[in-house]
Amino acid sequence: MDNLTPMFVVIPLAAGFVIPMVSRRLRAASDVFGVLVMSALAVMAAAGARRGGVYAVGDWVSPQGIPLGIEMRLDGLAALLLIAVNAIGLAAVVFSVDYMRRYTSKLRYYSLFMFMVAGMNGVVLSGDFFNLFVFMEIAAIASYALVGFGCGHEELEASFKYLVLGSVASAFILIGVAIVYNMTGTLNMAHVATRLAGQPLGRPMVLALALFLCGFGLKAALVPFHAWLPDAHPSAPAPVSAMLSGVVIKALGIYVMARLLFNVFGAGAAALAVLRGMGALSMVAGVMLAIGQWDMKRLFAYHSISQIGYVALALGLGTPLGIAGGLFHMLNHSIFKSLLFLTAGAVEYATGTRDLKRLGGLRARMPVTAGTSFVASMSIAGIPPFNGFWSKLIIVLACVQAGRHGLALAAVAVSLLTLASFLKVQRYAFFEAAKGGTEHVREAPPLMALAMVLLALLCAGTSLLALTGIASPALIDRAAQALQAGVFGLP
Amino acid sequence: MNDPHAKEGMSLIVKTVTRWLKGFLLLYGAYIVLYGHLTPGGGFAGGVIVACAFILVFLACGAGIGHRTLGRLAASELDSAGALIFTAVGALGIALGGVFFRNFIRTPPEAHFRLLSSGVIPVCNIAIGLKVGTSLFMVLAILSAVHVAVKGGRRRMVRRREDKS
Amino acid sequence: MIYALCLMLIAVGLYGVVVKKNVVKIVISLAIMEYGINLLLILVGYRAGGHAPIMEPGASPAEFAAGAVDPLPQALVLTSIVIGLGVLAMMVAICIRLYERYGTFDITEMRRLRG
Repeated sequence: MDNLTPMFVVIPLAAGFVIPMVSRRLRAASDVFGVLVMSALAVMAAAGARRGGVYAVGDWVSPQGIPLGIEMRLDGLAALLLIAVNAIGLAAVVFSVDYMRRYTSKLRYYSLFMFMVAGMNGVVLSGDFFNLFVFMEIAAIASYALVGFGCGHEELEASFKYLVLGSVASAFILIGVAIVYNMTGTLNMAHVATRLAGQPLGRPMVLALALFLCGFGLKAALVPFHAWLPDAHPSAPAPVSAMLSGVVIKALGIYVMARLLFNVFGAGAAALAVLRGMGALSMVAGVMLAIGQWDMKRLFAYHSISQIGYVALALGLGTPLGIAGGLFHMLNHSIFKSLLFLTAGAVEYATGTRDLKRLGGLRARMPVTAGTSFVASMSIAGIPPFNGFWSKLIIVLACVQAGRHGLALAAVAVSLLTLASFLKVQRYAFFEAAKGGTEHVREAPPLMALAMVLLALLCAGTSLLALTGIASPALIDRAAQALQAGVFGLP
Repeated sequence: MNDPHAKEGMSLIVKTVTRWLKGFLLLYGAYIVLYGHLTPGGGFAGGVIVACAFILVFLACGAGIGHRTLGRLAASELDSAGALIFTAVGALGIALGGVFFRNFIRTPPEAHFRLLSSGVIPVCNIAIGLKVGTSLFMVLAILSAVHVAVKGGRRRMVRRREDKS
Repeated sequence: MIYALCLMLIAVGLYGVVVKKNVVKIVISLAIMEYGINLLLILVGYRAGGHAPIMEPGASPAEFAAGAVDPLPQALVLTSIVIGLGVLAMMVAICIRLYERYGTFDITEMRRLRG
């Protein structure tokens, strides 16, 4: 078996425990260690892109020859998410080396960060319901702590809100797991899928599916359940916001929903319609709420809701083109949204504020930040050379192809509103003349700039993926195939 | 008795009983951990009992003596060590058996129901017991330190709070 | 019947989370909800008249498997209790910090953020 698979969980988990032990003795060790571990993980994720297979942890076998124990499953979709999580994680860690100097206790920060990454990798690789739940909770507890890391008024309040809603979501998911186990007698996703295949879902399974949709919808911040996100994401330190908005809501929310809907329960028309509806609603509501915001990070957070809506809408179409577009947009969104949060962090680091009314004229003072922020803004607004354009184009085409012209129109309109609100950010923060008090402002330190440039290059680079064909961009097609393959067969 | 911490904590009766009891509690916790693969119990349950022994000392004799019994730094190190032993068992599975968490200690069938049986599971139990015992103690110690700060309204605890893990 | 009682316990917890204004009461409500779910999980694996899934020396495996309750939900509950412990500790720590900052446990008075 391929021993690479469990390492995605083991390495960050072990690092999370080693970092406090080592860096109590050596001060700089936590920085070096954090960057090294995340680079290793990013390289491993790139190496794992073409691999696949099922990994039985421990290889335990019952006397009757039935395999027991935990399964990890690496397929195209998991590989795509692993690349996103670990690449964004690397950029965030490089950014934090300088940025986190303002906070106390860096070693605890890195330790929690590693647990968060381990939890997300575990969720993505997990092949059974309960381990998915456990890894989700590891990532969630670490992110609750990271949101409240600053220990100010807002941070604690946001963290508490996130914690309560997150716990309720976890409770729903656990009830769902209990129902699935009761009805099928197994927790392994592949076994559950084969037991459910070929017959309509019974009433208990519909209840379980509804509970899963509510729970993971809450984790993904789709609209009826979005209340925690605009508080929690801006309150966290910038690299953590980048991780939360960039990958946590996807790995813990959208990924699991897609996996369960397409691979385990079999994509029923009703469930897809619910996903589509929630997606369209979040897409519109998110952008409406975003456009009036003056806090830079809060504005970005509302846009996360809106962009997650695009992904859910596209996946909810259920057509091959829709799935490809949704997954492509998910990858793109994780890149440009984390870049946006990092630039907001750099602005806050240099000026001490993120209120758009008090900023201005930063273009001359912080050229790297302004440039990367421009790239990211144009990406999210869907301007042609950048990646956001291609994925939105695929989504709109998929809507038209599926005969849902209203949804296509809504997607285009939301894209225009997104453009408007990002022009506002660009104008007030970077282009408009300085309002005074910005003389002391200097460009962000080199490592922060490096992280931002890296992500900006990725923004331009992933648009090249679309060159291999609109319907199946490279790297995405394998993930889309994993979803379209329908319910899992037994390995 | 010129110990500065002697006046902290509860009455003499409670302290004396605690002194007698703590050894037995630790022994019982260790028994539950070590026999986890044969009887009900295991790493978590045994670890909780071990933590209870420390917490009892902490509550009865006050934070000063409590921390002398098990310092917070030592607890944190032991906590990490427990987790690392557990990971190491998994990694040894790769090294010796080719699969993560492979059972690499083979025991013959006639050893079943003896203390030294069940392959790597007792080792994992010990690691989990270590981890649970120390981290539960840390949770209580850290939360109680903050509680004092709120009651006294002093900022003395600000530095202490930072070692939260 | 017993399942309904579990669901009631969960509903009581959910009611508390939604309605109560005191931070500590919200935490307690979440804990109640979790206990309800743990109870539900244990019930899923229960078998009337079954015995504990621990093998005695000399018992035959087939006989043992026929009489024991399902051990898997019990393992799940143990894990879920540990997770609950972690979340609870985290919540209590945040409550203490909130009290330090705001001097109150009432969430209606914590209004820095509009959501």
